[in-house]
Amino acid sequence: MKETTIQLDIYRYRPDWDAPGYQTYEVPYRDDWVVLDALNYVKEKIDGSLSYRWSCRMGVCGSCGMQVNGEPTLTCATFLTDLYPGPVKVEPLNNFPVERDLVVDLTSFLEKLDHVSPYIVRKEDDENDLTSEYSQTPAELERYKQFSMCINCMLCYAACPVVGRVDEFLGPAALALAQRYNLDSRDQGKNQRQDVMFQNEGIWECTFVGECSTVCPKHVDPAGAIQQAKLEGAVDYYKRLLTPWVDRS
Amino acid sequence: MPKIDRVEEIRHDVIIIGGGGAGLRAAIAVAETNPDLSIGLVSKVYPMRSHTVVAEGGMAAVAKPNDAREFHIYDTISGSDWLADQDAVEYFVDEAPRELIQLEHWGCPWNREDSGQVAVRPFGGMQIERTWYAADKTGFHVLHTLFQTSLRFQQITRHDEWFATALLTADGRCQGCVAIELRTGEIRAIRANAVIMCTGGGGRIFPFTTNGAIKTGDGMALAYRAGVPLKDMEFVQYHPTGLPGTGILITEASRGEGGILLNNQGRRYLENYDLGSPLSLTDPKHPQNRTMELGPRDRLSQAFMHEQAAGHTFKGPYGDYVHLDVRHLGERHIDARIPFVRELAKNYAGIDPVKDLIPVRPVVHYMMGGIDTDLDGATALPGLYAAGECACVSINGANRLGSNSLTELVVFGARAGRHAATVAQKHSLSDTPEINHQLEESRSRISDLQNRPKGGERLADVRDALTTAMEAGAGIFRDETSLAACCDTLRDLRKQMSHVSLDDTSSVYNTELTTALELEGMIDIAEALAHSARHRTESRGSHQRTDYVTRDDDHFLKHSLAFRTDSDPRIEYADVAITHWPPGKRTYGAKPDQKENDGGNQ
Repeated sequence: MKETTIQLDIYRYRPDWDAPGYQTYEVPYRDDWVVLDALNYVKEKIDGSLSYRWSCRMGVCGSCGMQVNGEPTLTCATFLTDLYPGPVKVEPLNNFPVERDLVVDLTSFLEKLDHVSPYIVRKEDDENDLTSEYSQTPAELERYKQFSMCINCMLCYAACPVVGRVDEFLGPAALALAQRYNLDSRDQGKNQRQDVMFQNEGIWECTFVGECSTVCPKHVDPAGAIQQAKLEGAVDYYKRLLTPWVDRS
Repeated sequence: MPKIDRVEEIRHDVIIIGGGGAGLRAAIAVAETNPDLSIGLVSKVYPMRSHTVVAEGGMAAVAKPNDAREFHIYDTISGSDWLADQDAVEYFVDEAPRELIQLEHWGCPWNREDSGQVAVRPFGGMQIERTWYAADKTGFHVLHTLFQTSLRFQQITRHDEWFATALLTADGRCQGCVAIELRTGEIRAIRANAVIMCTGGGGRIFPFTTNGAIKTGDGMALAYRAGVPLKDMEFVQYHPTGLPGTGILITEASRGEGGILLNNQGRRYLENYDLGSPLSLTDPKHPQNRTMELGPRDRLSQAFMHEQAAGHTFKGPYGDYVHLDVRHLGERHIDARIPFVRELAKNYAGIDPVKDLIPVRPVVHYMMGGIDTDLDGATALPGLYAAGECACVSINGANRLGSNSLTELVVFGARAGRHAATVAQKHSLSDTPEINHQLEESRSRISDLQNRPKGGERLADVRDALTTAMEAGAGIFRDETSLAACCDTLRDLRKQMSHVSLDDTSSVYNTELTTALELEGMIDIAEALAHSARHRTESRGSHQRTDYVTRDDDHFLKHSLAFRTDSDPRIEYADVAITHWPPGKRTYGAKPDQKENDGGNQ
């Protein structure tokens, strides 16, 4: 009996070689395979020159985000059964420059992440006292926990209409992580973060479209984080702008 | 073709190769030790992709009043089957609470008690519950906490997606590495007065592993080729509970929270393997520490093999399996403590642990062995340090306890960082032709690989032959015949590797090229492993020889050291550091009233 197969139409681009285009591969169809398994089959058995990132194949390292049939998704968590009978179109994530084939350039995200000070900022000089932990109740943990689940997979950037238009926009993941630290009871850096967040071009253009939250594989809800930050922070931020002499720390 | 334009070399005071938990902790430690030093973090992936990210269950450190350093030390040493260096274990246990509090101060979202203090959970082989956890995504949170915290330090320059191909040595010191920048294909020297290797383990030399694609043991191979011995490589940890097929890990925390293992007769079969007696699931004392499902990983994986031989396992398309049952924990507890287990089981096994049994089987998870280092992380090559899974300091000996490895990353990553910082400022780089020569050697090795005639061996075929040989020859149970065959196959594969040809001739982001370079290193470390296993004619911890079934302290209370040669590795031995805990019998499943006797200074 002839083996069931499925067709992949894969975006190919090599800057030092030829013009971008699509290449078609026929791979075995197995009902427990994810798209990443099919890509690995191509690379190992058919064409070793296909480039893409992957590692954990369990949805936590965040490497293998691609557009599958036009939707940003983790290829290690997208089953061929849901795409049968195909063909399956695989492209690099939208809204990022393509380095090669399915590999996109993440430099801009890493710069944006850096801008929002994604770490605990303390005013007190107790950071080096390692004799006891800072207290944090389960309720305090719960306030930011969801926003700490971001795996930086970049699906939200690929889905975001503002990221596509405004280069400088910090974007869903970076803003969600900023809000994650703003909401952390151990943090005292909210003011410095808010300066960056609210002076950023794009944040006011972000309406509650919520594409970012829809595609998030970890249910981080960056759209919720951004709206929450805007509501909480805007009043606070303008108060500081208008009455800088009042100490609100 | 890769560009071979002469580009300027990059210079730092210290470079760290590998950006996972150990590498990031080391980088921060260098910055804190001397803020004036320039630090280069060289990683073949963006740091947040590093494999630390998949660690689940937690991180051990003595933190609660019912615990004591002697208990954690004893658990670790007995868990190691007495092969751990006891001075290293003592330092590890003493330093662990500070390092975990440090992570807490840096923002790690540890689960908490109602009081606001960090919560702990039981874990395998630990007599007291001392495993700190962030649900069952501890490694993910630790990695992102460290990565995000590292952004505070302007002196850390990241070289993301640079693949190291060789270490540079001159005047008897390690002085940097050669690396390919993936996005350009440029091959450059990255010079430094100290190099810290933090590249993780190499579980990918086995066919069925929890390890991600990047876990190819690169740093072990780099050090090995630079003349540094690999220590205790024969000790490979099979985690008892991986999902069949994918090898996805179902965390030990599921058993720490009370999950049980059942064979195809519905029995808690571990009671037959000298791990104590099961308590009723409704008994408030269940689960009991160091007993039954909370026994050590080596013993649980071996018990599975015996059950399989007795026909007590289920047959499946991806090999035999048993059942992990967490249903009695209830949906709320599962969602609060082990939500990732539920997510993974639903997504990848199509079952819901709230109402279904989870199929599990042993899966290659961790390498106890690695680059031979002292307590400072220093290797035999001055200027070269190592920490984390790629290193062997050794606290894990013949079997690592769950939740000790994340702690090891930060404790020894930090110490290696501090020491390397101190040493780096005392040295300057040599400008000798040797360095250029080594750079050119790396370049020609790479262009040779790329210029081979098409139509040779396919990479994946060589890799599959390698992993098949390792599982058949050096799996959970080994003997002279299986290991000899494995060593023979590896010798052949080395030759076969020279006939591999690549499809990809592009210089930009050529992952076929890096896969080939990884595979060459994998054959190196596989040889070190198989030969070390063949020479160790005893059974200890995870190294079980069916032809030498008992532990032989008279001859093998020793670390194996594998040195690379032009033919088979040379195996030597070094003493184990014994401070206060002379070798004893590993006992698990002690009655609760005997527990006190279990942990003391013997």
